[in-house]
Amino acid sequence: MDAPAARSSLLHRPRRNGSDGTSGRRVWRLPADVDTDALAPVTWMKYSAEVIAQHCLEALRPQFALEARAGDVIVAGPNFGIGSSREQAASALVHLGIAAVIAPSFGGLFFRNAFNVGLLLLTCRDAEALADGERVEFDARGGVVRCVADADGRDMRDRGLVFACEPIPLLLLERVEAGGLWPQLKRRFQRPESR
Amino acid sequence: MTPQSPARTATPQTLAQKLIANASGQSTVQAGEIVDCRVDLAMFHDSSGPRRLKAMLAEHQAPIWDRERVVLVLDHHVHESDDEARRIVRIAREWAREQTLPHVYDNQGICHVVVPQHGHVRPGMFCVGGDSHACTGGAFGAYMFAIGTTEMLGVLVDGTTWVRVPQTVFMRWSGRLAFGVTAKDMMLAMIGRFGMNGMQYQAVEYCGEAVSALSMSERMTLSNMSAELGAQVGLIAPDDETRSWLWHAGARDIDLAPWSSDEDAPGTRHNFDASTLAPQIALPDSPAHARDVADIEPTPVQVAYVGGCTGAKIDDLRAAARVLAGYRVHPTVRLLVAPASVRERELAQQEGILRRLEEAGAEILPSACGLCAGYGAALPEHCTAIASVARNFKGRMGPESAQVFLASPYTVAATALRGRITDPREVLWDGELAERR
Repeated sequence: MDAPAARSSLLHRPRRNGSDGTSGRRVWRLPADVDTDALAPVTWMKYSAEVIAQHCLEALRPQFALEARAGDVIVAGPNFGIGSSREQAASALVHLGIAAVIAPSFGGLFFRNAFNVGLLLLTCRDAEALADGERVEFDARGGVVRCVADADGRDMRDRGLVFACEPIPLLLLERVEAGGLWPQLKRRFQRPESR
Repeated sequence: MTPQSPARTATPQTLAQKLIANASGQSTVQAGEIVDCRVDLAMFHDSSGPRRLKAMLAEHQAPIWDRERVVLVLDHHVHESDDEARRIVRIAREWAREQTLPHVYDNQGICHVVVPQHGHVRPGMFCVGGDSHACTGGAFGAYMFAIGTTEMLGVLVDGTTWVRVPQTVFMRWSGRLAFGVTAKDMMLAMIGRFGMNGMQYQAVEYCGEAVSALSMSERMTLSNMSAELGAQVGLIAPDDETRSWLWHAGARDIDLAPWSSDEDAPGTRHNFDASTLAPQIALPDSPAHARDVADIEPTPVQVAYVGGCTGAKIDDLRAAARVLAGYRVHPTVRLLVAPASVRERELAQQEGILRRLEEAGAEILPSACGLCAGYGAALPEHCTAIASVARNFKGRMGPESAQVFLASPYTVAATALRGRITDPREVLWDGELAERR
């Protein structure tokens, strides 16, 4: 089946995350219809993705860009990323270290852009059952999100809060595991026989 | 059942499936399947293109796969209003020279209008564009959709990309539109009904008597605003109207025959009656806030804008002139008109439309993206505006305090005339008479 080397990067690994030392990834809970303007505000579009990232979601969650830590995940309502073709909407989240966005549905163009810039999206019908501050683990290849702790850090593993995700096409899994299309292309052009 | 169906053994296919099958070198494709496709045309503009692609290509030392299939349009930052805009335009021009790109349209108008006008988009093609309204190309029976810059880089180096074969949603419009009702009204009605992401990235195909009766300029409005429906593409099967329009655009060897959905092709079907459609308006902040113009308060407006790739093509300019000829806009309203391309501007000039609009008090602006997306121009703070563009997201056309209504050019012009939101049917008859005087 899948190459073992490629599997490792997205498999859930219990991790210490955040100041309280709880395992699992912190959930940033967002509403439905978060658009590309909210993710990459037009005022900052002339600047680099690093600058845009500092203003990511500032109208919706002013503390998000400041407090998000590498490995955190976003859980949102339907239609996450609707709007424009600007891929900075996805790369801003990559810059902030967001490990995945979990939502019942995504804007189609955002979906393409996300995998191209190395942002994992998990299409999960029941995502909205998760709350802000909860801790989750996920397995992208297995298509599973599991709630491991509540917002107060209490262990939730035995509660059976496991949510299924739509399978991700292999093409896109490999792309996101490589860090996006850009590193994939680089690798191809570095191989002497392709030049 | 069609009479010939007993002889046909192949599964019926949608136009979208046929276009993708052709681009992927297969005889048929199934919805949900992911396939690699050969790209016939890659279009991008100064904002989505060279400013980022130049460095990426240089780092790869990768050549462009096929320059003949690449079109660059400078339309977003051509106003050069500040140093950053000047820098973006300079990079685009330098890169076009370095790469000796054969198809560059510098300050000729908005890409979605300029590219088909020069015959680059033809029935049966598989095309990508670095802009969310790239789906405009669907009006010509091409599978044309938007991609981001990183994906464009991939296309530029190997000439392929992938699609997940979509389901098709057929929007069948029977009857005929009433005078003063346009493709823009059809689109606002559909977005109002299905919502901004209502199509979930599937293919939409517009069909029926009312669609066949539309000019290419109007069909492009349907395909263009498929982006606001959340569709990947907005297709219209090409016909004699398409062929004739493309002949004038210089594309003369067109094969229409294969490019339509089989009668019993799979898909969801929605039916609409064009003859009962009233002029539509979308209330501030979302194209999905659509309703009948007649149902809302006659809100005073200070700015009326006929512009953008959606709303300033020749038929849009004709519509505005039809309302305004022989009159002056209301003294409290600024009417701004930015023809979508230099060709539309020239045509409007020849027809006497620009003169009539100017006599009515319109300010004619350059043919570029401009005010529609806040490039080099912005609405004043706290104003109420009505525009024929595709989107009215908060802050898109300038300050967040501006309230923007979306409507057809007829409604925009009628509103400019009265100084408050007006159903164009209230004023059109008089306008028609004035035109004939």
